[in-house]
Amino acid sequence: MGVEGIGARVARKEDKRFLTGKGRYTDDMVVPGMKYGYFVRSPHAHAKIRNVDISAAKAMPGVVDVLNGKQLREDGIGNLICGWMIHSKDGSAMKMGAWRPLAVETVRYVGDAVAIVIADSLDEARDAAESVVVDYEELPAVIEAVDALKPGAPQIHPEAVNNLIFDWEIGDAAAADQAIAQAAHVIEVDIVNNRLSPNAMEPRATLGIYDAGDDHYTCYTTSQNPHLARLVMSAFYNVAPENKLRVIAPDVGGGFGSKIYIYPEEIVCLWASKKTGVPVKWTADRTEAFLTDAHGRDHVSKVTMAFDADNRITALKVDTIANLGAYMSLFSSCVPTYLYATLLSGQYDIPAIHANVRTVYTNTAPVDAYRGAGRPEATYLLERTMDMAARELGVSPAELRRKNFIRSFPHQTPVILTYDAGDYEASLNAAMQAADWDGFAQRKEEASLRGMKRGIGMSCYIEACGLAPSQAVGSLGAGVGLWESAEVRVNAVGTVEVLTGSHSHGQGHETTFAQLVAGRLGVPIDSISIVHGDTDKVQMGMGTYGSRSGAVGMSAVAKALDKVEAKAKKIAAHLMEADESDIVIENGELKVAGTDKTLPWFQVALAAYTAHNLPSGMEPGLKETAFYDPSNFTFPAGCYICEVEVDPETGTTKIVQFVAADDFGNIINPMIVEGQVHGGLAQGIGQALLEGVHYDESGQLLTASYMDYAMPRADDLPSFDLSHQNTPCPSNPLGVKGCGEAGAIGSPPALMNAITDAIGNNMLTMPATPQKVWMAAQPTH
Amino acid sequence: MVKVKLTVNGRAVSGDCEERTLLVQFIREKLGLTGTHVGCDTTQCGTCVVHMDGKSVKSCSILAVQASGSSVTTIEGLAADGGLHPVQAAFKEHHGLQCGFCTPGMVMTAVDMIDRHGGQLDEQTVRQELEGNICRCTGYHNIVKAVLSANAEMHGGAKQAAE
Ligand code: FES
Ligand code: FES
Repeated sequence: MGVEGIGARVARKEDKRFLTGKGRYTDDMVVPGMKYGYFVRSPHAHAKIRNVDISAAKAMPGVVDVLNGKQLREDGIGNLICGWMIHSKDGSAMKMGAWRPLAVETVRYVGDAVAIVIADSLDEARDAAESVVVDYEELPAVIEAVDALKPGAPQIHPEAVNNLIFDWEIGDAAAADQAIAQAAHVIEVDIVNNRLSPNAMEPRATLGIYDAGDDHYTCYTTSQNPHLARLVMSAFYNVAPENKLRVIAPDVGGGFGSKIYIYPEEIVCLWASKKTGVPVKWTADRTEAFLTDAHGRDHVSKVTMAFDADNRITALKVDTIANLGAYMSLFSSCVPTYLYATLLSGQYDIPAIHANVRTVYTNTAPVDAYRGAGRPEATYLLERTMDMAARELGVSPAELRRKNFIRSFPHQTPVILTYDAGDYEASLNAAMQAADWDGFAQRKEEASLRGMKRGIGMSCYIEACGLAPSQAVGSLGAGVGLWESAEVRVNAVGTVEVLTGSHSHGQGHETTFAQLVAGRLGVPIDSISIVHGDTDKVQMGMGTYGSRSGAVGMSAVAKALDKVEAKAKKIAAHLMEADESDIVIENGELKVAGTDKTLPWFQVALAAYTAHNLPSGMEPGLKETAFYDPSNFTFPAGCYICEVEVDPETGTTKIVQFVAADDFGNIINPMIVEGQVHGGLAQGIGQALLEGVHYDESGQLLTASYMDYAMPRADDLPSFDLSHQNTPCPSNPLGVKGCGEAGAIGSPPALMNAITDAIGNNMLTMPATPQKVWMAAQPTH
Repeated sequence: MVKVKLTVNGRAVSGDCEERTLLVQFIREKLGLTGTHVGCDTTQCGTCVVHMDGKSVKSCSILAVQASGSSVTTIEGLAADGGLHPVQAAFKEHHGLQCGFCTPGMVMTAVDMIDRHGGQLDEQTVRQELEGNICRCTGYHNIVKAVLSANAEMHGGAKQAAE
């Protein structure tokens, strides 16, 4: 392809506006008459609301109105929903407790919204919110999922007895038990995956605008998924009919999953705008973000892995308890089930797998997908277990993995998925070579002379992304299809607009999608515009998460391009009096193969619209739409190796080397792919070394600011060493996989395995803070 | 209400605001210069960095009234004539941004850092001096590269570290 087509390191088209301060994020929006919303939130983790007195607040300077949950209920606004139905193994449906956009009778976590104050300025709204008097009757709270299941634990929703949402299983328990009973070696481990806050740098924000003249609503919001927001707000929350609601997600400052869901604030701002007659803007401050953005992870698992005498894995058994917080967020139920347990085979040929997952309510913020969503939990569990097994079996971690790799494709795992292609050994070899695995012993010895403990660790991850065939996810309980739409509009002068249901919040779609078109049509990238994030422009879409924009979104564009090209060829053939099958599109021209007859692209486009000389019966215009529903997930995989030095005096871990060898199939823009990996690695390393959401026993969030929740800063991270082994994906027309989540999936186990190797203590949990590492490194442990 | 008078991006501006109004609020809301962002409440994230009398400051930790009389440069005023400052150009070339939300603050911090070190920058120094700015997207790898590259570019000859 040309310099701007697929495979080229094209600098991003969107960068200029971001670099010059011309990016337009939701909080930047100002509309005439706009007022500021501020939420009154529960200071208690669990309490009954006896009364909400807004009289004093209403009299405060600048206050337009104060609205509460009772009014919202009276106006018929519905409960928030979880869109993925999971059934317990006894056949009963999951227990969805009521989640009101503004709480009416009970609050269930610190930050649960009770009322909204609308005022002329943010400061005035905040002042007035302090004058809203809520009379609470405190109830006992429970924070840890394991405690929530205990008899006598506080009950959070009447529907969920013992706070159990569902008790679900996958795989063959009898086969796994039998293999374990007959095994030569059995490894048993407890694995905890720590709770995280996604922490996009742009806090969530929403601007609700009601136009009484047309009875029409507009919602600017920080969403990865504007069409889904419109669909769900219309179909389930009764905010507005779909044809009367426009959702716009303009520039969005990072998402990482936390901006997929529909949150109470979006519903409340739209409703409040109608109620008050003024546009209402709400922007989270960072503490609100920590309190109310959906958190990620929070699993506690028991793992049993069985081996035969030749160190081949014969069975894996997993028992997981997942904390879903106080309410079931939009996708929460699929994360610890179909996005997690289906990946428990990893890169290994495991004949028998069984996983049991219980999900539980607690008095904490809702937990949902965060970068990787389920796959990081599966990979962490498996890759930590593999290292512990290698240690117990007395073999090298690389050899144990190598011995158990899946080598022929397609491969059907015992937990639903069919891996379509891969070469796990290639990534392992590449990573080991880049990391100079063989030279490690010498480096360790050299480090020990300096009093440092040096360790090396690997992890071989696989993930299922490019979410994914609608029929498959539908049969697994999903409430929506997971296709994508695209429209390619060729203008009369030959410039091109691509409308996509994918949404970019940092992934560079304006560039990569344009590269696809430039490569196909041969028109310059600057004459191609990518339109996304506005339900009035793009008819329907499924948004961006789970690394689906390339594999699904761009495949839809490719399909629409097929149709555009076919019609353009028909027109060109007619104009040049040639056979349609002889027309080729090259370098911005339509040519008759084997002749010197040629028409520039723009002339064909113009002909389509002037329509003076089109083939008989042809509709004028050059604009095509496609919906693409993939035939399978895609399966990126790779091997990460991390080398650390631990200072035994202080417990501080320094990453001295981080190597990532990934297989992403065909790559559209290597520069952007590498950037995605860097970002993922930073989040995974953050999880392993620094990050953790902590509540105290009463449910107060202790990590509610950047002073308390340690985010990786430039000085905490190394530079990364990346390479790619690309086996094209057979399941989509572009051969692409997905790269957005890999770094966050593969890096925590690699790092934790490295620290474990350095200090020789298996039991360390994330985050491996200096204090924990120091304790674990003490000889008595 | 107090009156605030400043020079912003070379233009004299003035306006009334409450005493408690932060410089960042004044810049964003009164002047409509929304390139300066707010990412936290605790002066930790650096998305709000601007230059005040030539030095980088977090505009969320200064009252507008404190800034009165000073000369402020925001991201919008960094490059002349709609072009890119060498630091901005280096961020683009090295893919030092993804969602772009931290970017204005990063760029303002980087410009100040490069100015102060007069060409003597290495990876470790850059990483240390970026401590006050959080980026959640890029893993910093490419930001560090961009800063070193811009440093080399601006201090010609000192091409030491830009890979
Ligand atoms: S907003 Fe100023 S440091 Fe975060
Ligand atoms: S580019 Fe998104 S936070 Fe830095």
